[in-house]
Amino acid sequence: MHIIDAALTNDVVMGGAVLTLAGLGLGLRKLDMDLIPAAGILSATFFVASLIHVPLGHSSVHLIMNGLAGLILGWAAFPALFVGLLLQAIFFAFGGITVLGVNAINIAGPAVIVGLLFRPFVIGASSAIKAAILGGLAGALAISLTTLFVGISLALSEESLIPAIKLVFLAHIPVMIIEGLLSAAAVYMIHTVKPELFDVMRQIDDTKDETEGWS
Amino acid sequence: MSDILEQAGRAAYDVGGQDLPRDAMWIRRLDPRVRIVALCAYAITMIQLSNIPLLLIALALSFFLMSQARLPVMPTIKRVAMMDSFIIFMLVMLPFTMPGTPLFHVFGFPASYEGLMKGIDILLKANAIVMATLALLSTLEPVTLGHALARLKVPAPLVHLLLFTVRYIEVLHEEYNRLLIAMKCRGFLPANRWHCYKSFGYLVGMLLIRSFERSERIMQAMKCRGFNGQFHLLDNITFERLDAVFVGFASLTMLTLLALEILHVLPA
Repeated sequence: MHIIDAALTNDVVMGGAVLTLAGLGLGLRKLDMDLIPAAGILSATFFVASLIHVPLGHSSVHLIMNGLAGLILGWAAFPALFVGLLLQAIFFAFGGITVLGVNAINIAGPAVIVGLLFRPFVIGASSAIKAAILGGLAGALAISLTTLFVGISLALSEESLIPAIKLVFLAHIPVMIIEGLLSAAAVYMIHTVKPELFDVMRQIDDTKDETEGWS
Repeated sequence: MSDILEQAGRAAYDVGGQDLPRDAMWIRRLDPRVRIVALCAYAITMIQLSNIPLLLIALALSFFLMSQARLPVMPTIKRVAMMDSFIIFMLVMLPFTMPGTPLFHVFGFPASYEGLMKGIDILLKANAIVMATLALLSTLEPVTLGHALARLKVPAPLVHLLLFTVRYIEVLHEEYNRLLIAMKCRGFLPANRWHCYKSFGYLVGMLLIRSFERSERIMQAMKCRGFNGQFHLLDNITFERLDAVFVGFASLTMLTLLALEILHVLPA
């Protein structure tokens, strides 16, 4: 779901850039130096996850998994996914340099929203099944929001596209279902095997408080 | 180091194993900071243009940069042409949704001249910018990119996040391939079934768990070596005469493009 260069008007591009700077500022504030290795490695994992293609009908779709990123990283998902998008724009020619801000808002924005909404409930879920259902909802919601945001950015630039955008949104419903199913399975797995992972960003904070840093 | 990321920027000659004299690849000798700033300026200039002949000139310029970076032609073109299905659909729909002079009809739907022109305009610009990005930036080593961004005053946490991500993409891709091979050994076949999606979900979940455990081990190893939350970036990025010449030519070219656009010298 990467918008390409020149598809948007200047004001949409600028708006995206400003919002992304704000998101990066907020996300980086939550990211202490000692959290960076964990965040970087998880960011690399989500980069690799975006290379996975799953079958859908006669073709295949590649994963985004921004819902899962939000559940695990919370606010830190914003800089983590931004880095992934920057690398994709430069080394894969996905998306573009000028629309990087808009693409970051479209993909990392929903991750943060979903993370803030669902993370407390996923951590507090009494059984893996409940966590998986919440995770599935989070995954599907994140990708729906991404599609919606992409649609809005295109519509703001070119009003006449609105009917076509509605059509594309409907066409993406299978993708939302698949991302939801995959997120649910992944959350089930994590909740069963390593529930601490959902707390990675806070857990390291706690240990730091206990040991008063490592100076 | 990171093979996946460096694929795009590899020179055509690297594949054959024989190196070209460094002089032949002047783009790769430019200061990374200069390349980043020049590309951003070029991209911003490009989206301000709207004159089709000018856009064609810019596209030719980008193609020239690509040839100077000695990027292999066919794989690079393929990379440039790869686009999201969402965007392709939007571009195809543009002539039919934008009101204007009808040019031709498809199944009774009129295609407007304005919409078609808008589509061509977007395609030309996007391709010109992507080609220039591949020529100037994908030829950088990802680690050098991080160092150059740090020297351009990008906040340190973001740079370190980038460097860590770059470092581990390759490692985790190998991990993913190992898990996938293990699944295939057990007879896994991708198909449109719940079982397949569940398995891919477990694969992603397992990948995340393993990375998390890996990050704990890395952290312990770093603490053991005295990590105190401070990274040191060592690089030898310098601004040389070649860079000054490039900056001069690039600014002149971009100003000329803008001037021609504003003065309407070329016929639309």
